[in-house]
Amino acid sequence: MKQYPYTEKKDTRSGFGAGLAELGKTNPDVVALCADLTGSLKMDAFAKENPDRFFQVGIAEANMIGLAAGMTIGGKIPFTGTFANFSTGRVYDQIRQSVAYSQKNVKICASHAGLTLGEDGATHQILEDIGLMKMLPNMVVINPCDYNQTKAATIAIAKHKGPVYLRFGRPAVPNFTPADQDFKIGEAVMLNEGKDVSIFATGHLVWKAIEAGQALAEMGISAEIINIHTIKPLDAQAVLTSVRKTRCVVTAEEHQKNGGLGDSIAQLLGEHFPAPIEMVAVNDSFGESGTPDELMKKYGLETPNIIAAVQKVMSRR
Amino acid sequence: MPTISELEKTASQVRRDIVRMVHGCQSGHPGGSLGCADFITALYFEVMKHNTNFNMDGTNEDLFFLSNGHISPVWYSVLARSGYFPVAELASFRKLDTRLQGHPTTAEHLPGIRIASGSLGQGLSVALGAAQVKKLNNDPCIVYTLHGDGELQEGQIWEAAMYAAHNKIDNIISTVDLNGQQIDGSTDQVLSLGDIKGKWLSFGWDVLEMDGNNMQNVIETLGIAKTHTGKGKPVLILMKTEMGAGVDFMMGSHKWHGVAPNNEQLAAALAQLEETLTDY
Repeated sequence: MKQYPYTEKKDTRSGFGAGLAELGKTNPDVVALCADLTGSLKMDAFAKENPDRFFQVGIAEANMIGLAAGMTIGGKIPFTGTFANFSTGRVYDQIRQSVAYSQKNVKICASHAGLTLGEDGATHQILEDIGLMKMLPNMVVINPCDYNQTKAATIAIAKHKGPVYLRFGRPAVPNFTPADQDFKIGEAVMLNEGKDVSIFATGHLVWKAIEAGQALAEMGISAEIINIHTIKPLDAQAVLTSVRKTRCVVTAEEHQKNGGLGDSIAQLLGEHFPAPIEMVAVNDSFGESGTPDELMKKYGLETPNIIAAVQKVMSRR
Repeated sequence: MPTISELEKTASQVRRDIVRMVHGCQSGHPGGSLGCADFITALYFEVMKHNTNFNMDGTNEDLFFLSNGHISPVWYSVLARSGYFPVAELASFRKLDTRLQGHPTTAEHLPGIRIASGSLGQGLSVALGAAQVKKLNNDPCIVYTLHGDGELQEGQIWEAAMYAAHNKIDNIISTVDLNGQQIDGSTDQVLSLGDIKGKWLSFGWDVLEMDGNNMQNVIETLGIAKTHTGKGKPVLILMKTEMGAGVDFMMGSHKWHGVAPNNEQLAAALAQLEETLTDY
């Protein structure tokens, strides 16, 4: 099992903030909008350094999405920032009509996704956002795994012409991917080649998949671990190549089973290469208050859950 | 520069186009389209600085956003008659594979359209974003919008109204079509708009009033509205119109909001509308 040493834990939202600040220096067309969560989204640096290109919209997310769509007319590249819940469910029709259907070059940047938002509870812990966004034609959906990858993704999406949903979160997680990585939208990242099972993970679950892979290796199980940072467009070739070799699949994500990464991979496999699949994800339930660690444990999104899913899916092969 | 009489003649042809388009596909929204024919004609044939060689960014052009997208027939007719696309294409309205979708869209790349609209309440936000970018780009041109009065029941309109005044977005002239009608009845019956002028004033807008079915008054008021831009406040025009204006049996109720005329009704409507340019 390949090793992934890291020196520090950092939050992915700070990766977004750093990427946006860099875009502020390098791309004069980038503008940013925020709905009263500048600090939470780590947009302060961009706002301070580019006051003429930063738009505080107040607690009015629907207006923010419309403004962003309008700002593309005249050549700007708007990045909107608020919590994932208010970035998607609250403004779905605005995104659908004014951004996705209108093919506008808006980057919807969403923090505090999933259970790891913690104590605020289910009202704020959206677990449906990947599904909501991936259903929209023209929309790219990205969920990077650590600080460095979120920073690289933020910079990369400015070069992609079209709507993008970029999902990240609040907790500090191991920052193990290279700082100088070349983030390629739609290209899965092979973390460990293996032969017994394919583990496809996204976002915060990628590190837990690595931990699971290490434990599985000690048990004599060779896990192939692939980071699916782009859920749409899905890297179908990477998925199919891996599953043709391992013939069984575990998916892992901080999201509902319905509409998530596992759902996308099951659809792909059903059409091209049916194989047993186990999904480590939230099973048709809202979250609740608690610490991030407590919640991930209670809702079955921890490293042991991935290990158990691997053992189960291999027995079904 | 066209005379008032010439603009009225163009509006008459636009009204013919509207009823023929809606009749041709037996669907669409003739009532509000007819009511706004004078206003949209005035914008494109007199008031706005615009280029029929369409460019999405519209830099150094005035822009128009139709927020109440269901009155697409009037906009399509005016765009075609202005030279954005062939007039003959009006015959494809709402038909399979058309660029003239039931509600306006950029998805089919119809020249003149910069955003999809139809789901109500979104156009003011979009227009304000475009207006702010004009300021960033040092582009002195103006952004125009049109909204239905029923559309003001959408909350996003008021989010946008608050934002515009707070940010002193003074390069926008928004117009509300006060025809007093919506699908289920009059606005007073469905959900009263109350003191609509007072609402916009209290939101910090500079408010003008206009008779939207009097071309002379439309041209004069829009001219005045332009002089009100650049003064630190967004500008709103409350435009009184008659739903179905120009076709007597379509006026005076909400009945023709979204109903197509049959063959006899089409003939009766066309008999009231002079063919001033050639029918498509």
